[in-house]
Amino acid sequence: MILIGERINAGFKDIGRAIRDKDKGPVQEWARRQAAAGASYLDVNIGAVSKDPRDMVWLVQAVLEAVPTPISVDSTQPEVLRAGLEALDGGPALINSTTADDGRLARVIPLAVEFHASLLGLAMDERGSPPDVARRVENGAKIFAAAVEAGLAPDQVFLDPILMPIRFMQDQCPKVLETIREFTLFSDPPLHISVGLSNIRSEAKERKLLTRTFVVMALALGLDAAIMDVLDEELRAAVATAELVLNREIYTDDYLRAFRLKAGGAGEPRRAG
Amino acid sequence: MDIPDARKRWSHRINTITIGAGRDAGGSRTSTVTVGGETTLPFYRFEGEMPHAPVVALEVWDIAPPDWPDAAREPFADVLDDPGKWAQKCVAYGAPLVCLRLKGCDPLIADRTPDEAARAARRVVESVGVPLIIWGCGKEDKDNEVFPVVAEAVRGENCLLATFTEGNYKTLTALGTAYDHKLVAESPVDINIAKQVNILALDAGFPLENIVIFPSTGALGYGIEYVYSIMERTRIAGLQGDKAMALPILCDIASQAWSVKEAKAGVDEVPEWGDPRARGPMWEAATAYVYLMAGADVLVMRHPQAARAVQDVVKKLMVPPGQGGPA
Repeated sequence: MILIGERINAGFKDIGRAIRDKDKGPVQEWARRQAAAGASYLDVNIGAVSKDPRDMVWLVQAVLEAVPTPISVDSTQPEVLRAGLEALDGGPALINSTTADDGRLARVIPLAVEFHASLLGLAMDERGSPPDVARRVENGAKIFAAAVEAGLAPDQVFLDPILMPIRFMQDQCPKVLETIREFTLFSDPPLHISVGLSNIRSEAKERKLLTRTFVVMALALGLDAAIMDVLDEELRAAVATAELVLNREIYTDDYLRAFRLKAGGAGEPRRAG
Repeated sequence: MDIPDARKRWSHRINTITIGAGRDAGGSRTSTVTVGGETTLPFYRFEGEMPHAPVVALEVWDIAPPDWPDAAREPFADVLDDPGKWAQKCVAYGAPLVCLRLKGCDPLIADRTPDEAARAARRVVESVGVPLIIWGCGKEDKDNEVFPVVAEAVRGENCLLATFTEGNYKTLTALGTAYDHKLVAESPVDINIAKQVNILALDAGFPLENIVIFPSTGALGYGIEYVYSIMERTRIAGLQGDKAMALPILCDIASQAWSVKEAKAGVDEVPEWGDPRARGPMWEAATAYVYLMAGADVLVMRHPQAARAVQDVVKKLMVPPGQGGPA
């Protein structure tokens, strides 16, 4: 599974403050901790703190100085995405994200092509979050078709079915699961399917249990990536165990150790010779 | 109608490993051997890279082998009691790598001491310039006594020490680190244990980049399909990014092919099978061909004729696509 570390996000107070004060300390600390836990990508988001592309450049550079882990450049603003990608200087990247909105697709897909980056597409459109499976599938198909049409390989595309908080939208959970299965039918070779895993637990009480139960169910249906709390050891253990049960990994007595080894490198693209 | 492009792109590369160290690298080898680095299945060079050809190592024993059939003895008949001269003969037969087998240390064979084993290793190192595989007697307790002395005696030569298992990985990984040698990880035709021994070595601080997988070998006609499928699955897992499986693979063709009756039976035993001087090497070569296809990077072999046949096949398969070679 591709683990995308969620922690370098201005939505967290310490990161928001670090961006404002240009204090690399907390950013690099979280970069190191997430990388050591086996993150395949580190998501990097300047969030609501700033709309200034220079802040994204600063944040990306701070992470690059600390660890070689590939970066997921996270913004709704194409110019912020571009700034982050340029700061990566050719390093492997995931663009997070586009939606199925025509205007967004037209601005974000060319960035993926130009920077040889992977692209995460949220299965939502200009009408907002999708209410059912059909709209999710329609949006996902639109994003996937546009990306492949532009020249991206299927495995450069990550689709996100939009996971919602179970406390407020319980009926959406099975719809997300069903959408994951539908996404797996899009392509062979397969695309990647990712969720914002922490969304499910928003304001809930049994946060960790909800997260790891959902991820095990979603993995069984075809999920293979998530933006998540990679430092949650029990969550990682649940993921590793689910992947064994699905026979996606070779069993070994120390499979938890093996999982961390693999997760740490899963985002490294092989440099074609 | 267009034929669909069925080429596959794998996401990861098998580790590359170099055996042997020249003077500039702290050793005394005049040549080195590099294997691995594949980005696709064996010889699928129409879809990926296979930067290094698989190599053949000819074996040398530290004692004159007591039970080899004539067909195997004859090419080395005059040097079997001198590992140095034997190794020179291997090189003369075209081997880029020599595998010294410390069979004499086996308590049930000659129970040689660690010092005697180290002298044999020095003798080979001083007699040839090619790199070495040094293979223990296979009895873990004895190997744990022998390897510390042998590894030190050839320190810096960047040998490939064979083998460590779930049972004795701590000794070998410590020696590999202390004296700059690479290691062979052995598992009993079991992919789960193959992965586990690598993880154990890694936890002991020995990098995966310095390990070659030995998944055990079966002779043609003796479970070879099963070993093949384990090797293939290992390689596929490695190409898909399982780092504990993305290592070069070694096969011990010599000891397996020559242990079966089809290779060693004399003409008087089974007259209709024909001359064992032709049959034995053919059995060994045919066994090796199968393992080439399964992903072998290093093949330990016994008969120079069989080794030559395998090297010829490798050479043909390594002709770049579009230059007259297959595919």
